[in-house]
Amino acid sequence: MFAVLRDLVRYNIEFAIGVTLVGFILIFAAASYFAPTDPNLIYVVIPDQPPSAQYWFGTNSRGQDLFWQLSTAFRNSVIFGVTVAVLSRIISLAVGLTSGYVGGWVDRGLMLVNDIFVAVPIFPVLVLFYFVLRSDLNSWTLALIMACFGWPFDARLIRSVALGLRHREFTRHAVFAGMSTPKILLQEHLPYVMPIVFSTFMANMLWSIGLEVTLAVLGFTNINQATIGTVLYWANSHSAMVVGVWWWILIPVIFIVILFVGLFLLAVSLNEYIDPRSRLRRMGA
Amino acid sequence: MQGYFWFAAKRAAQLLAVVFCGISATFMVTHLSPISPVESALGRMTARSNFAPEAVESMRAALTEMYGVNEPLINQYFNFWARLVHGDLGPSLIAFPTPAMELVMRALPWTVCLLLTSILITFFVGNVMGALAGYNQNNRFLKAFGVVAMGIQPIPYYIVAFILLVVFGFIWPVLPISGGFAMNVTPGWNLAYIGSVLQHAILPASSLVLVGFGSWFLGMRALVSNIVTEDYVTYAELAGVKRRTIVGSYVIRNAAVPQLTALAMTLGGVFSGTVITEQVFNYPGLGSLLVDAVNGGDFSLVLAVSTVSVAAVAMAIFIVDLLHPLLDPRVRTD
Repeated sequence: MFAVLRDLVRYNIEFAIGVTLVGFILIFAAASYFAPTDPNLIYVVIPDQPPSAQYWFGTNSRGQDLFWQLSTAFRNSVIFGVTVAVLSRIISLAVGLTSGYVGGWVDRGLMLVNDIFVAVPIFPVLVLFYFVLRSDLNSWTLALIMACFGWPFDARLIRSVALGLRHREFTRHAVFAGMSTPKILLQEHLPYVMPIVFSTFMANMLWSIGLEVTLAVLGFTNINQATIGTVLYWANSHSAMVVGVWWWILIPVIFIVILFVGLFLLAVSLNEYIDPRSRLRRMGA
Repeated sequence: MQGYFWFAAKRAAQLLAVVFCGISATFMVTHLSPISPVESALGRMTARSNFAPEAVESMRAALTEMYGVNEPLINQYFNFWARLVHGDLGPSLIAFPTPAMELVMRALPWTVCLLLTSILITFFVGNVMGALAGYNQNNRFLKAFGVVAMGIQPIPYYIVAFILLVVFGFIWPVLPISGGFAMNVTPGWNLAYIGSVLQHAILPASSLVLVGFGSWFLGMRALVSNIVTEDYVTYAELAGVKRRTIVGSYVIRNAAVPQLTALAMTLGGVFSGTVITEQVFNYPGLGSLLVDAVNGGDFSLVLAVSTVSVAAVAMAIFIVDLLHPLLDPRVRTD
């Protein structure tokens, strides 16, 4: 594990940049645990102060210190992204491994369900959920709903690997040794698909945080909880750009771009690492 | 030809399954929720008014009748399908008494045109540039291009659209940032109207292109850089086949097959992006309609937009799938 990371940092500039960017955001988000006041309170500082030595990122029109507000927002959004990614990884592993190993009509049935989930446009569906749940739609419910839609691509990827593993010698040995199917999947096949799980983890986080930002900006989530999207929602609803409170928009946007580019670079470089051909080319072999 | 027919039939069956399940799920989400559409519509209508209690009662009765929520769920489900086949999803509340379907059909062409233009541009330009970048791996310009694509591609649609809005709305106001056409032109087949429509489409379309472009470019570059190491490409190079023929017929054609599959798989996501972009630029498509409907508590309209978008995206995926055998002869003979 350590050697893999060392190789990645040494030979893959994208990975190094990605780790730096995401690490920066994670440290920034972790700072929120030391926030001097509850970040949900409003009118605790003088509103509309530009960035200064006292308020590093300025204050917004709701009287919140933007530094702590943003820090909490990133913490919540990252936790949200990780939740969705973990849940949807579990679904995609279960579906992908079972489908690839068992095959037959189980495979066909699962892949039909998979195709249906791929084809459904997620955004109108999420809006629909907001429409019927309204204030009951907290971030856990939203994470659960999004996890139910975030697995099909990766399940297909995992299945394609599992299909190949099924005919390998060691699988046959395990079957003859009397291992049960769940045990074969968990102990024998799971390690082979772990790299895919890691790289799609990042891609999935990108997807879910991006969707959350979009929903929140339109006001279609719990707008009283600080997330990346709700910070922008409040900035828009106070017309921050028109009033001249540019830091309320600019700083969040810069941080969002840092987080997304960082996660994307991590996903891309891990993806490349999985493919031995491109890894060798990079190492100059 | 027989092979193609079977392929198309299989895909058509899948299309029907997707549409059926998607629309059924939409129905279930809206009808199993604890919030009654009648009460929420009533709450909105009586919020700032002085109706007599009897009037409210008869409104409640009329709305219950209209939504048909007094019947058992299974009957409601069959009624829903029976009406949907006729394209009827009840009147919209925010534009009462216009049928919700009529509003959707009015908005649909805008979304389809925006989506079609941006997908065609991103898909072709992105893939061709990506193929060139994968084939000429030492070209400085294409390398720099890759870095830019990598930087823009992961940013969510909303943020890119918003940055464009700020740049062209506040910093350098040269392009219209809101609406589908200027207020002072009459809709119809005249030059002023068409020009205005095109002008208003520039920003929404370019935000979609900016975000969508990178993934095709990067995907194609990765595919091509693997294909160029294949023996048949080396063989063609040694045999003195023209470079242009190699790139076009040997490399791009083979790399285009997985890209076309990817196009079918990302259509749903691109549709979601269009919906958001429309909202940012106040473009009169399905996205703005959906947001208006949610904000206005318009039950029929939300259901209509969701239903139509599920069906439309499934249809688009079906069409892309039908193109697949034209590129890949293996599917035809299967």
